[in-house]
Parts: sequence; C-alpha cells; structure tokens
Amino acid sequence: MAEKQPKPEDLAQVDYRPPKKGWMDPHVDFRKGTYCYSALAKNIEYLGMPNPRDWQPFDADWKLPPNWKQIILDGMKDRLEKYRSFRLFMDICVRCGACADKCHFYVGSGDPKNMPVLRAELIRSVYRRYFTPAGKAFGALAGGRELTEDVIKEWFYYFYQCTECRRCSVFCPYGIDQAEITMIGRELLNLLGLNINWVIEPAANCFRTGNHLGIQPHGFADSIGFAVDELEEITGVRVEAPINRKGAEVLFVTPSADYFGTPHYYTLLGYLQLFHEIGLDYTWSAFAGEGGNFGLFTSHEMIKRLNNKIYAEAKRLGVKWIIGGECGHMWRVIHQYMDTMNGPANFLEVPKSPITGTVFENAKSTKMVHITEFTSDLIRNGKLKLDPTRNDHWNVTFHDSCNPARAMGLFEEPRYVIKNTCRNFHEMPENTIREQTFCCGSGAGLGTDENFEMRMRGGLPRANAVKHVHETKGVNVLSCICAIDKANLSTLMEYWVPGVEVAGIHEFVGNALVMKGEKERTTDLRGTPLRGKEAAHA
Amino acid sequence: MSALYSLLTVLVLILLAYFGVAAAHLGVLFGTVIPFAAIAVFLAGLAYRVVKWANTPVPFRIPSTCGQQKSLPWIKQGRLESPSSTLGVMGRMALEVLLFRSLFRNTKAELRDGPRLVYGENKWLWLGALAFHWTFLVIFLRHLRFFMEPVPRLVNLLADVDGFFQVGAPVLYVTDLVILAALLYLLFRRLRDPQIRYLSLFTDYFALFLLLGLAGSGVLMRYFTRADIVAIKELAIGLVTFSPVIPKEVGPLFFVHLFLLCVLLAYFPFSKLMHAPGVFLSPTRNLANNNRMKRHVNPWDYPVKVHTYAEWEEEFHDKIKAAGLPLDRE
Repeated sequence: MAEKQPKPEDLAQVDYRPPKKGWMDPHVDFRKGTYCYSALAKNIEYLGMPNPRDWQPFDADWKLPPNWKQIILDGMKDRLEKYRSFRLFMDICVRCGACADKCHFYVGSGDPKNMPVLRAELIRSVYRRYFTPAGKAFGALAGGRELTEDVIKEWFYYFYQCTECRRCSVFCPYGIDQAEITMIGRELLNLLGLNINWVIEPAANCFRTGNHLGIQPHGFADSIGFAVDELEEITGVRVEAPINRKGAEVLFVTPSADYFGTPHYYTLLGYLQLFHEIGLDYTWSAFAGEGGNFGLFTSHEMIKRLNNKIYAEAKRLGVKWIIGGECGHMWRVIHQYMDTMNGPANFLEVPKSPITGTVFENAKSTKMVHITEFTSDLIRNGKLKLDPTRNDHWNVTFHDSCNPARAMGLFEEPRYVIKNTCRNFHEMPENTIREQTFCCGSGAGLGTDENFEMRMRGGLPRANAVKHVHETKGVNVLSCICAIDKANLSTLMEYWVPGVEVAGIHEFVGNALVMKGEKERTTDLRGTPLRGKEAAHA
Repeated sequence: MSALYSLLTVLVLILLAYFGVAAAHLGVLFGTVIPFAAIAVFLAGLAYRVVKWANTPVPFRIPSTCGQQKSLPWIKQGRLESPSSTLGVMGRMALEVLLFRSLFRNTKAELRDGPRLVYGENKWLWLGALAFHWTFLVIFLRHLRFFMEPVPRLVNLLADVDGFFQVGAPVLYVTDLVILAALLYLLFRRLRDPQIRYLSLFTDYFALFLLLGLAGSGVLMRYFTRADIVAIKELAIGLVTFSPVIPKEVGPLFFVHLFLLCVLLAYFPFSKLMHAPGVFLSPTRNLANNNRMKRHVNPWDYPVKVHTYAEWEEEFHDKIKAAGLPLDRE
C-alpha cells in the first residue's frame, strides 16, 4: 500500500451522472488504484498459456500477437458454440436496467460501464457486429461495434472490475449472469496473454506446490504443526493433525489462507479442535492443500486443471469422502463444476457422518460436504459440548459470501452454527444478505494493493450494511465463510467501519467447544481475555 | 438521438403503409404479400434461433440459487427459489415467466450523505412490464375473433371481461388503455432515467415505438375512425385460409396497423424481442440446484494437462521426507 490512499469521505462522493461521450467509445483511462498489474511472464509460461511477455496495463503498447483480432473472433465463435449461457446472454438482454444499481462496483464508482448491463454490452456489441445479421448489416444502428485494440483494453479494465458475484443474475428477469460473461471475457483475454498477476501467480503456485502461496510440503507441515502447538497452549489439549495419511476415512480440504493468513488462522484452530474432539478419522493433504481455485477467475480449462488434485488425492489416499472448509469461490467450483469436470467420484462413498450417522444425501454424487453442513449436523444431534458464553465478547453479524449464497444456496447452516456458539447475533438489512448479499469488493482475484481504491469502492455497499448494525446493534465482528472475504473484509472494515473485526464461523466453534481434558480457558483463540476472566488472565 | 431516429423510422413505416394504400393502391402488397412474407420470416427465424440455442450445449449446471439449498432434512429448503427437482424448476420457471419473479425483487439504491446507502422499493418496472405483457396477450387473444368463424366462446368471454366497465360505444376495453399506459411508461422511464438513457440503443426505442404505433393505430380504428369490421374480418379470414381478398371498404389506417404488425413479426427473430423464447432456456433459471446429488455431464469435456501426485512427490521428495510425511516412493 505504498500509494497514497484516498480518504473515505472523498470516495463516498460518488458522481452518478453518465459522461458526455457515449458508451461505445472504448477509451479507458488506467488510473492508479483502479486496476491490477499484469501477469508475470514466468507464471504464464509455467502454466503453458499463450503470449508470455513483460507489459503493464498503463503501457501504450500491450504487445498483442499480430493476429490478435482473429484469435478473439475465433475464440468467441468457439465459445458461442460451446456455451448456451454465453450465446443466450449475448442475445436476449432487453437493457431494462434492473441490474444497474445491483452491482457493488457501480454503486461505489458511479461508472456506467460497471452497470452489469453495460459491462455485458462491451462484449455484446462486438458479438452483434461480427456474429449477427443485423449487426453485420447496420453496424452501430443495430448496436454493433468494431473490435479494436482499445476495446480489448476496455474489456481488460472492466472484466477485472467484476468479481463474478452473480448478484445481478438474481435481479435479471432472464437470469443473465454477468459472472458467466466475465468468465468468458477473461478466457478470451487469456488467449492474448492478458491476465493479472494476482490471479495467475496463485494459479501457477497452486498447480506446482498445491497451494496459492507456493508453500512447499515441509512448510505446510510446519504451519499445521505450529497451529497444533499453539492450540495446546490455549486449551491444554494436544490434537492430532495427520498429513497425507493413507486409509483415513475423510480428506479435509480448505483454502490455504486458513494456514497462512489472519484472521483465517483462528478458523483453522477451530477445525483442529473440532476434529480432535469428535475423534474424526481424517487427514490433511499437502498435495491437495488448496481448496481455492483461481482457475475460476482464469478459464474453465484452468478450473479443471487445478481442481483435479482433490479427487486424485482422495483416490490415492483411499479415503471414503471429503469435507471442505470455509471458502467462497472454492465452493462454487465444488458444487457446480467439480463432479462434471473431474468426476464421477465412484471410488468414494456417499458421505456419512461417523459421529451422528447422518447420510449427506445432498452430496451423494460429488461426495464432498461443506464444513458448516457437517458441524450443524453435529450440533443438531447434540454431539458437541458448547459454551456460547465464551463468545460473549463478540456481537456477531454474518456476511453471506457470494458463491455459497448464489451458487449453492447455503444460508441456514452457517447461521445455525453461529446461533449455537454465540449469544449475540444480529442480521444486516434484508436486501444485503442471503441471495441479495453484497460482495466484499475484492473477489475473483482483485484483492491486490494496487487496486485499493476500486476495492474500497466495490466494498462500500457491504461495509455500509455492517456500519448500520455496528451503530444500531453494537455489532463488533463480521463473520463469514470465505477466505477471500476474511482477507478483504478486514481491510474494508478498517477503511469504512473501524472497530469491527472479521472472523470465520469455526473460530466461534473453537471458542465455544468444551474439550475433554481442557484447562480452564481464560482467553479466546486470539488470546483476548474472555469476558469475566480478565483477572484470571492477568 | 437514437430515440428520435427510432421515432422517425416508425413514422416513415406508418406513412409508407398509409400512402402505399391510399395513394399508390398497393393493397395487395400490404394486405397479402407482406403479411405472408412477415409470417414466414417470423416462423422460420424464430425456429432457427430457438433450434440454434437448443443445440448449443449446457456444459455446466449453473443455477443462480435464490433460496436455501436442499441439505439436511431439518433445514427448510427454498423449493421455488432453489429447486432441486424438476417440479420445483417448473414452479420457478412459471413464477418467472408468468409473474416476472426476478423483476419483482427490484430495488433502488441511493447513496446519501454519511455515506449511507438506502434501498427503496421499486416495483414500477415490474408493474409496467407485467401490465404490458399480459395486456398484449389478452389483446392478441381477443383478435382471434377476426380470424375465426364462429368465434370461440372463450374469445367472446375474454372480450366481455375486458369490456367489463361497459363504457362508451364501442365498449372500451381496459387492456387498450393499460397497454398504451404501460408502453408510455416504459418509454418515459427509458428517457427520464439518465443511466437507462445512456445505455439505450436505437433498437430499444424502435421496439417501443413500433408497439406504440401498433396499439395506437388499433385504438384509432376501434374508437375513432370506426373501421369496417366486417370487411377487415373478410380480409383476415382470407389470409388464414390462404385465399386472400382485399375488400375495398378496408381503409388505409387498417393497413398501417397490419403493416406495423408485419414489421414487428419480421423484426422479432433478429432482435432482443427473442427474450420471450429465450427465458425458457436460461441456464441460471431452468436447472435444478441438485449439483452434488446428480452428476451433470459436459458433452464436449476433454482431457487437460494436470500436475500429478507423482510429479509433485518427485519435485519435493527430499523436503517431504525431511518433514516426516509419508512417501509413495522412498
């Protein structure tokens, strides 16, 4: 964050008046703070993707291949024939504008090209010009637009100003999903070697080492080992955390941020406590050590390439089924893509909780269960001894992460866990939660420092809803089930709503969980003294 | 500007038909040739587009879930907003197609000082759209009386209900008022709202002006110029029985009405009006949220380059060993 940051009161002055020039003018001003830096050549090369080279978005010359136009048009044709979604969404929009103020980037920036309808028109206009009879015959009159280098730059700017959160698709009368259009748009840009490093480096790392940060196996083992030690200090209980163990019943996969990021780390402690306490026969994997999948922000092919490890590792280790940790976009991939791309997982068994006997019928084909589904079932069956007073210092609200909300429908499970582990819980306003939840503003790979201004703009609607419950209900912690959220909401809160912390759901579980043989707990997992135990701690 | 061009285009179309018949006596062209051509284009174009969509694969099951998934038995599923069965999907689609469910969610976000974001109710677009589409359907069905002899009882019943208020002679149809009001609202909204105006294209206004012209000419004929209904019915039945006649009592205003309809029909398959059949095929709405229960198959799936465990172990062999983790190959 070397750049000078704009002040919140300045960012809050949003000008919604559309510019004088019409939207068909593609020119973009790459202003610092509103875009991400380019993908490094070494990462593109490692993944075997086209046109690795040194360039930056603010350069005049993007060093496109000489036949770039043909590549894009061929790429569009190919995808129009492969994806009904893409073809249909190019054809049926009536430009009613219902989606316009549903996008967090539009609300926060006032830039009309951030209205989902116009962001889609950026590519739709090219589709009309080159692929429809009306557009070929009448050009601009029929909404067609020439494909020029400026259009490519404009696509880059705006398709990396969309977090693929799907909120617009909830409001669209035809279900047109900008996430789908952005995904295809980014795929096309990738054909020219246009990507951002914050997406492609984690993807390359993940491909090679098994996690986004490029942590190697011994580093992975160290991180988990460190957490086990720390947990013993806090609880007095030493837990087992086996890694790459063959023959375990369950493989556990979680986003790597859980073992190297804060506040994710406290969620990791919660998982470790939980699995120990119920005596789950499970294993971590350093090879499939990443639940997140930045392929989702790159191309469908890359989703498949990165996701492949989970089933491959489950098979190698001989586990029966898989549990997945708290992560947003990971769960879009698990829920909507994994089985299709890398299944069928007929070497696994239908997930059945060894503690409660519950069969997870909803995961009978994919064989992967969300951790909040698993935990809420344990709580429902009275298998956990919980002391919610140990979370009394928290006044909680819950942020539905985009993908578990709108690509999965996971609403009640996390709430059930929170309400059983915390005594103070307040919802944010109705149209900012559940299927209408607002993105953190940094999803889909946009969480970089150089993109700070745009992230804070995009996060404004979410932050504003938190501010409301912070001021009216005294909420002091924003909980969520997404690793990108945990990273970005922390920054977002610091910027817009100081005084609100960010936490994962299993941090609350960890705090509340009464473990056999534990010592008297005086602090929570963060080392903060528990309410009423301040003296004991001192 | 695009609004003005669209208006002018529709006016030219109107004048073309009016004087084409009144001055150039091209009744056969406007009353027979063009209608047959327009219907042919409409049917062929519609079929072509829909078949093309239908033949494009759906590689992934990507419903937008707007309600609780089906998971544990004690958690109440949102059966219509996140359906996991075919029946649920049909319910969701019915709500979408008949009642514009998603549009009903519409709100208006407003950023006030503070900053404070507030979200207001905003059902006008939903109401206007619903009013237009339903009245259009009723009016279309009412028009069947011009094409059928004897007129089916249901069509007469519909007309009776529509004319329920028994105002004026001929009786005023409520739908005639509503469709004009709805179209004018949709036009007004497009022109008034700076954002919508900014993104609107020529084609957006064209569709509205065309429909306004169509409805307006119909209203003129029924309530003001009192067109010769018997003659018009003769012409209409001639068209549907493929034995066209052009009775000379049919005035030029009718040809304007018919011509605008023909333009609408011929324009339909090439335009955004294809949203009507398209909504049925939308993969974020017409697929069940049963992803983890039932595997979806991608017909064009292909093998990709992956990083295998063996490659991983080979690269990090010593480090895995040093960390005390198990190895497949010592």
